[in-house]
Amino acid sequence: MIDSIVAFTNELSRYIIPFLLTGIPFYGLFIKKIKVYECFVDGAKDGFTIAIRIIPYLVAILVGIGMFRASGTLDIILSLLTPLLNAIGFPPENLPLALMRPLSGSGSIGLLSDLVNQHGADSLIAKIGATMFGSTETTFYVLAVYFGSVGIRRTRHALAAGLIADAVGVISAVFICRLLLG
Amino acid sequence: MLNYIWFFMIFISVIVGTINGKIDAVTESAIQMSKTAVEIAIGLIGIMALWLGTMKIAEKSGLIGLIAGALKPITIRLFPDIPEDHPAIGSIVLNMAANMLGLGNAATPLGLKAMEELQELNEEKDTASNAMCTFLAINTSSIQLILPATVVGLMGAASNQIFITTIITTTLSTTAAIIAVKTMEKMSFFKNQTPKNND
Repeated sequence: MIDSIVAFTNELSRYIIPFLLTGIPFYGLFIKKIKVYECFVDGAKDGFTIAIRIIPYLVAILVGIGMFRASGTLDIILSLLTPLLNAIGFPPENLPLALMRPLSGSGSIGLLSDLVNQHGADSLIAKIGATMFGSTETTFYVLAVYFGSVGIRRTRHALAAGLIADAVGVISAVFICRLLLG
Repeated sequence: MLNYIWFFMIFISVIVGTINGKIDAVTESAIQMSKTAVEIAIGLIGIMALWLGTMKIAEKSGLIGLIAGALKPITIRLFPDIPEDHPAIGSIVLNMAANMLGLGNAATPLGLKAMEELQELNEEKDTASNAMCTFLAINTSSIQLILPATVVGLMGAASNQIFITTIITTTLSTTAAIIAVKTMEKMSFFKNQTPKNND
């Protein structure tokens, strides 16, 4: 039952973008009779300005993250936290991914594929890792891009809320996987 | 808050990098990442143009208005500061939908469009509004109905189980995000106010 739902949704997801790319202009051209080509070009122009506007914000955030990763600080945090994690039943193998995820998308994909290679896709550790990956977001990157695009410098509580959501995602990934798959 | 986090990220990296003997890697990474940032932004231009162009058609033809209208009961509660018929609601809803369906490429342009429209309503242009913070918290915790392609690729047949656990955990994390953002927006620590210049 679940197998077929998953197969169906994954199959469906391949058609969502092609459907939107034809469906929207179809509706505009034939139902509402608007000039879809001119309209597309008009909207597309903004792509350039927005992409250029986020560069300084991206540089600031990504340089900070890159230096942090290269310095080995994550390894130190990891070794400090391992005893605590063992005590609460959080697999220490999953911690690097949990810490990396808000910082870097490519870094966390690397860590997830490493978990799969080392423990196998059928292991609980890989399943917890994959659930964590799907449940959290590269919060620092998203904040830099979204706020950067409109020139917001004072981000107020957005970062704190995003990190709380990530923490809840990480912790519940462990416990939900243990409960359902463990 | 971002000021301190950003500074300490760099500061700690230099200190720890020095102690670890990895200071060359830290330097190299700083330079490499500044290039990467520009490459990401340049790469976004094409995708942004594609989606913003398509969305302009959706907007002009009234499709976005239809979708936004259908989800009004939810968005009114989440974003009480946005006027009911403002175009920002449409972009926010579409961004959320794209995120739920695992369409990362489409989600970013829609999200940036939403931010632009939220900025029109924002009174202090350099400070995030409540609506912006709520939007970002929901965005970063997004309920995931279809797994990202990378996860399916890595997990193979085990994806079936991840599908279920991810829906449950993202529902929990989105709930936490909404509670957190609504609680914190009232705190004086995060108040929507620029510091006064006593000159």
